[in-house]
Amino acid sequence: MSHGTGEWEISGRRVAALVERYWYLLRSSWPRLLDLVYWPAVQMLMWGFLQTYVSQTDGTLARAGGTFIGAVLLWDILFRGQLGFSVSFLEEMWSRNLANLMMSPLRPIEFVIALMIMSIVRLSIGLVPVTLLAIAFFGFNLWGLGLALAAFFVNLMLTSWAVGIFVSGVLLRNGLGAENLAWTIMFLMLPLACVYYPVSVLPPWLQTIAWMLPPTYVFEGMRALMIDHVFRADLMLWALGLNVVVFSAGTIGFLALLDSARRQGSLLQTGE
Amino acid sequence: MTEAPAPESPAVEADRLVKIYKGGTAVDGVSFRLPAGSVTGLLGGNGAGKTTTIAMIMGLVMPTSGTVRVLGAEMPRQRYRVLERMNFESPYVEMPLRLTVRQNLTVFGKLYGVDGLDARVRRLAEELDLVDLLDRPTGKLSAGQKTRVALAKALVNEPELLLLDEPTASLDPDTADWIRARLERYRAERGATILLASHNMGEVERLCDRVIIMKRGKIEDDGTPEALLARYGRSNLEEVFLDVARGRGEAADQAQARDAAREAAQ
Repeated sequence: MSHGTGEWEISGRRVAALVERYWYLLRSSWPRLLDLVYWPAVQMLMWGFLQTYVSQTDGTLARAGGTFIGAVLLWDILFRGQLGFSVSFLEEMWSRNLANLMMSPLRPIEFVIALMIMSIVRLSIGLVPVTLLAIAFFGFNLWGLGLALAAFFVNLMLTSWAVGIFVSGVLLRNGLGAENLAWTIMFLMLPLACVYYPVSVLPPWLQTIAWMLPPTYVFEGMRALMIDHVFRADLMLWALGLNVVVFSAGTIGFLALLDSARRQGSLLQTGE
Repeated sequence: MTEAPAPESPAVEADRLVKIYKGGTAVDGVSFRLPAGSVTGLLGGNGAGKTTTIAMIMGLVMPTSGTVRVLGAEMPRQRYRVLERMNFESPYVEMPLRLTVRQNLTVFGKLYGVDGLDARVRRLAEELDLVDLLDRPTGKLSAGQKTRVALAKALVNEPELLLLDEPTASLDPDTADWIRARLERYRAERGATILLASHNMGEVERLCDRVIIMKRGKIEDDGTPEALLARYGRSNLEEVFLDVARGRGEAADQAQARDAAREAAQ
């Protein structure tokens, strides 16, 4: 790979400029803002009522009160974190602005940092109202998890960014033809990371794969906290270690795909 | 902004540039030097390799072989040494449509590290007749207005090297003429180097002091507009372009040789 002078310099001004650009875009469109809240709210309400119904008929689930709502909210952090990253990137492709950015002094690392910031901004706009709804409807207080929530959040965001970075590389290399990947890639995690059920449910060979994914540790940790009232710091450390690997792999993949895009000439033509 | 290159060093120096895509060879051994302060037109039909050549100069496309140096930096490896000193405009690249003109220019001004940005945006708006449009969303503008905004973005950092890919494509003659006048003024004021890819021969004739004609990825001819007109025995560059496109370059060579021989005999 050819990364020349100044490739890794970071200018706060350039990062802020790009964040400003996304913020202008977000606030200029109320449907965009509404979209951030709509689906997480629908999903949380659906799972919340399902949990209410099932827990009335099953003692085990009654003891595991709130695990479905907790799982759905943590899943949204993972999914919406990646989507927030990828959609901001896609905005550049939809508006045919990517070449302007790639030709500007903006470094890839600055681009990535701006997208990370925007993923947190978008996630906050979408998820904070939904967590308040969860308190209002089901008495489930995600914020009551305290420090454990911080550990869950950091690990889930790291995974979401790693996937978002890699998907951005694929989009740079393959254009909007790969757009669907941005919307669907994270769903691969849904069965494998055991969002709604314990890892022990999976067949042994699939358990091995599940334990290779950082979010698996977070969802197991969430269940341990809510059912057994134990915070499993060991699981969080495993998740963090794996996230370092996944994040590095995502970044290396992104840079390799960016180089490939330069070779293929796809930075100028990012259509289908 | 960093220091300007030494007067004798070219703003752009392409040496045996080759770009091969899966579909074929887009640029095939192109070499040229653009002196600082020159305005050069890059002519050629569709698929001649103009856009790929410009993209390699910008560092957006990596050459398969050969080198290109821009303001002393090897592209794309050393691009971050010089990107603040260059800029580009193309009708095939747009700016975010939901952002207002002012927001777009502000964002790009910050990306390019422009000092005194508010004043710079104000001045650009005055120069390019955008004052009344500054707070309108870019997507609500007409094609001509959008081109002016794109030009404002290209000039926001007062680039030493300006790359323009068909800057007046799809504009009405009046707006196109207006854009050309602004480019002439910018060159006169700033002494910038301009490389202009265009299909509009009148535009090239008016703006450029040198013309490079490309065909199938190669340079077919290269000279001042006057020299090309004389060489092909034509009255305008459009006819020269058609001669080159239809493979009459060799015929022009022969005709010129016959004329020279006749003149010598007389």
